[in-house]
Amino acid sequence: MLRISRLVKRYGNGEPVLKDLDLEVPGESVVSIIGASGAGKSTLLRCINRLVEPTSGSIVLNDMELTTLKRDGLRKARRRIGMIFQGFNLVDRLTVMENVQCGRLGYIPYWRAALRRYPAEDIERAFQLMERVGIAHYANKRADELSGGERQRVGVVRALMQDPDILLADEPTASLDPVTSRQIMELLQRLASELHLPVLINIHNVSEAKEFTQRIVGMRFGRIIFDGKPGDLDQDAMDSVYSGTSEDQEAPAAASSTDKVAT
Amino acid sequence: MSSDSTPAATPRQWRKAPFIANPWLRWGLLIGFVIYAAWAITTLPFDWARISQGMERAARIFGGAFPPNFDRGGLLLKGFLESLQIAILATLLGLALSVPIAFMAARNIAALPVYLLGRILIIVARSFHPVIVAILFVKAVGFGPVAGILTLTIYSIGFVAKMLAERIEEIDWGQVEALRSTGTGSFTVLQFGVLPQIMPRQIGLSIYQLDSNLRASAVVGIVGAGGIGSTLMNAFGRYDYDFALAITLVIIAVILVSEAISGRIRKNLW
Repeated sequence: MLRISRLVKRYGNGEPVLKDLDLEVPGESVVSIIGASGAGKSTLLRCINRLVEPTSGSIVLNDMELTTLKRDGLRKARRRIGMIFQGFNLVDRLTVMENVQCGRLGYIPYWRAALRRYPAEDIERAFQLMERVGIAHYANKRADELSGGERQRVGVVRALMQDPDILLADEPTASLDPVTSRQIMELLQRLASELHLPVLINIHNVSEAKEFTQRIVGMRFGRIIFDGKPGDLDQDAMDSVYSGTSEDQEAPAAASSTDKVAT
Repeated sequence: MSSDSTPAATPRQWRKAPFIANPWLRWGLLIGFVIYAAWAITTLPFDWARISQGMERAARIFGGAFPPNFDRGGLLLKGFLESLQIAILATLLGLALSVPIAFMAARNIAALPVYLLGRILIIVARSFHPVIVAILFVKAVGFGPVAGILTLTIYSIGFVAKMLAERIEEIDWGQVEALRSTGTGSFTVLQFGVLPQIMPRQIGLSIYQLDSNLRASAVVGIVGAGGIGSTLMNAFGRYDYDFALAITLVIIAVILVSEAISGRIRKNLW
């Protein structure tokens, strides 16, 4: 269970990117977050695992307050939050197996990581997961030799190796072609139900969001302005998420009034 | 109707803007430079008689140097092997120190005080030419290869740490973020997220530096820091110009070979 309340994130002294945002994600639900670029989707996900420091507010995951954690506590909490990235963010020059083991680096002692002595049960688990997503035969290949879809599968397995309580996927399919993109969405959906994981997915492709997730959250200017089932996302709701807002309508109105003065 | 919308009667003019916009500054600098150059040339004591004498002396030295004398090949080989030792040990020691200093001096991974310390270490290592550093070390630890090793270690830090720090500042930050997001400890993040990315550059720099240290070891030997440079200086001191020429030829040959090898390796690496 993830509960976000009154979350604010402001970079420097500018307009906040997230404004008093509240969101609740009960266990096992797959939620997609849609919204135009700059709406704050990415910042929201990154606040959860503190890759971005929230300015104020609270984020509680399974009864643990994440925003106040310090060094070691934060490190331990991050182990249970898997993240999947738009650019895959694999270590290009390491093998697929080592990239997958990166998901366990938070659990094993420093010397084991330094000597690359991965525990036997982690290796076994890695093979199982890689077989599950169909990349086991690439174990010894370097990550940068794989295609986009294969690399994202490595990214997914790395996140699952963490034995996570929640998965955060930041536009996981934006760098992929349409077919691969659907495959990855399907995979995320199935893994979520198999492993009973809540998953938050930032996504630009609204039709995929409707098809593969049970709940859609629409963001606009740092606020949630739509929250409902895919069936509820009608044209009006789409317009409010992607175009029509009061802040947008003021600008053309102002422009037309100056036009009148000029003519 | 404003005048600028009508087509101009004459063709429009365009000239490249001068490099220095302010005409006073532009002409002032030019005149100042001419005056300084005239003053510098007229006040320096160019003694043409001495220069022509020097040419004669140079001709005598070259005359004495031919043919090159390889009789004392044992001494030459010993000096050369010592240079090689100096170069290899200095490279190893320099690299061992360069890597942590480079990490300290990379703004994207080091905290500000650590970064400043790292930058200061690099600036200090770079600020003096190896010959000056060699003179200091010869004074401090005496004649011989130890002074040479210490000198070239500092020389290596100045170059390798600086170049490596710049490479670290260019890494793909996403890979680091991905590791951080799994709860990996910070030293392990450096090992898994940063090191693989800078490895090709690190290997290339190491080979280049070994090559460079081999060349520099001949130079610092001249001020007494051991190796083939010391052998060369002794040969000059005893007016053994033919032996000196033999040494010089060997240095050139060795440097050509080492440059060819290191160039080959680095080309296959990148």
